[in-house]
Amino acid sequence: MATLHSRAAARLMITPAVVLLLGWMLIPLGMTVYFSFLRFNLLAPGTESWTGLTNYYFFLTDPSFWDAIRNTLTLVIGVLLITVTGGVLLALLLDQPIWGQGVARVLVIAPFFVMPTVSALIWKNMFMNPVNGLFAFLAKSVGLQPFDFLGQAPMASIILIVSWQWLPFATLILLTALQSLDTEQLEASEMDGAGPLNRFIYIVAPHLARATTVVILILTIFLLSIFAEILVTTNGGPGTATTNLTYLVYTQSLLQFDVGGGSAGGVVAIILANIVAIFLMRMIGKNLDA
Amino acid sequence: MGAISLQQVNKAFGETVVIPSIDLEVTDGEFVVFVGPSGCGKSTLLRLIAGLEDVSGGTIKIDGSDATLTPPSKRGLSMVFQSYALYPHMSVRRNIAFPLKMAGLDKDEAMRRVDAAAASLNLTDYLDRRPGQLSGGQRQRVAIGRAIVREPTAFLFDEPLSNLDAALRVNMRLEISELHQQLKTTMIYVTHDQVEAMTLADKIVVLNAGRIEQVGSPLELYREPANLFVAGFIGSPRMNFVSAAAAESHGAHTVGIRPEHLDLSTTAGEWQGKVGVAEHLGSDTFLHVHLDGGGTITARADGEFPVSHGSAIWLTPQADKFHRFDADGNRLP
Ligand SMILES: Nc1ncnc2c1ncn2[C@@H]1O[C@H](COP(=O)(O)OP(=O)(O)OP(=O)(O)O)[C@@H](O)[C@H]1O
Ligand SMILES: [Mg+2]
Repeated sequence: MATLHSRAAARLMITPAVVLLLGWMLIPLGMTVYFSFLRFNLLAPGTESWTGLTNYYFFLTDPSFWDAIRNTLTLVIGVLLITVTGGVLLALLLDQPIWGQGVARVLVIAPFFVMPTVSALIWKNMFMNPVNGLFAFLAKSVGLQPFDFLGQAPMASIILIVSWQWLPFATLILLTALQSLDTEQLEASEMDGAGPLNRFIYIVAPHLARATTVVILILTIFLLSIFAEILVTTNGGPGTATTNLTYLVYTQSLLQFDVGGGSAGGVVAIILANIVAIFLMRMIGKNLDA
Repeated sequence: MGAISLQQVNKAFGETVVIPSIDLEVTDGEFVVFVGPSGCGKSTLLRLIAGLEDVSGGTIKIDGSDATLTPPSKRGLSMVFQSYALYPHMSVRRNIAFPLKMAGLDKDEAMRRVDAAAASLNLTDYLDRRPGQLSGGQRQRVAIGRAIVREPTAFLFDEPLSNLDAALRVNMRLEISELHQQLKTTMIYVTHDQVEAMTLADKIVVLNAGRIEQVGSPLELYREPANLFVAGFIGSPRMNFVSAAAAESHGAHTVGIRPEHLDLSTTAGEWQGKVGVAEHLGSDTFLHVHLDGGGTITARADGEFPVSHGSAIWLTPQADKFHRFDADGNRLP
């Protein structure tokens, strides 16, 4: 792409892709924004009318809105903490020359291939169910009262399920990063007198910083919009205990047939996600340069 | 301080025996260079001394006490790696201070030592840079700085100059030599460059396939190579070997004569031949001479020697400079 001519040709050639992508993004976004200013209820079709900011007013003053914000943040932060710490530990473990390393690696990646709905259902019915679940069975076999995970600690249970799903992703990325660490650096630090803990703190952890940043950024984007796991396990309940922003938009627009209100919620969610993204980029994005 | 002794040290990776058995004494303050062709086990031997690899058998003594099972950090040795192995996310200052920090040295004392090391290595202006912002030679100096601050019992260098360009290599060679004069600490230095070996070493250890071929001072190895391998390895251009008739007349299976020990003449001499390639280096000319009796011999002439491709030439070996070897390649007295 050195010459003026080839640059012009390159522009021309990427135009269709850019136009397609822009259309792909902008048309739904535009429609959502447009709907959010309408009084648009599916129970009363044909009566759409312009209402200005009323939808936003109702969405933002809805008592479940602040619950949803809090739940979204709890979910994101909880899962991030577990996946990043667990991912680092698992990556360190898998990087050791152990017997059956290949099989162990495949097994660790496996949860990633299970669909969210399926894995959530398996957790709900086969592990966490207070009557038939494996955990209940284990509790009973040592003489304890079974614990109703989704009833008593719904948010913690969902965090557990989602973490289980995303742990492989974090592990995989961190493991590749770990394998790219120059062994001579580790040996040099060993000769410099650093024990295993100091080697981790001063050599391994800084080396993993960039990969960790990538994991956090990508995970945050996905975790802000967790939906399937909540739908098939708790339905956002009990009360609003596990309703996050995505789920709130769903209850608004689909359960109450209020397309206008749902769209307003959607726009609010987009804005919040962008705030989080900017905040994250500011905070940890500097790890990505250099 | 700083004496290292290897007794019957051997090393195998699984089935492959890399070092069959080595005995070696390094006395305090000595500059020892390991040379040998690629893959002969130089790095492995150095890593065994450093403790980065476990020996398969034998004993390593440092300072008279058995260190065979001591972890690397407790051996009191510093190592400079071929790839420098600097910590990329730390500034030069923190890189050099790292061993002191690990040793729990107090901050002021550590900074004082770092500044002193940086000053002696001309790194003062770069202390706040990252390794990625330095040139190869500067990185090399940082690696050396990191090795000297902790005042080790001995230094280990694994081909520290092989990533540098020729001019810088000569410079750094002098600096390392000067460093050794200053510190008088034992240094073990691995290289496959025989010029480095000859110029730096008090004692050269020539390795071949994991075995020690000969140990001695540079000039001992040059004057009295113990066998064909050492004779061919030390000296540049390499020694000429002649077998058959010419050798038998000297009562040996093979005789060797260095290019610089041949007298040249355009009129008369012992061996006659034709000049093949002539390499003019300015100060010297290396002539590849095709002998009329078969075989090629390299000879050194002075820079202005008036021959060109195809001219006839006579070579006369200097009688007292012959090296004689028996059928097994060992030196005959
Ligand atoms: N971890 C290992 N596993 C198996 N074989 C190894 C290992 N490390 C080294 N070797 C083998 O040991 C031999 C000596 O290797 P070493 O690195 O000591 O060579 P070297 O003399 O340093 O060569 P160079 O000059 O190329 O650096 C080589 O044949 C190499 O293949
Ligand atoms: Mg090597």
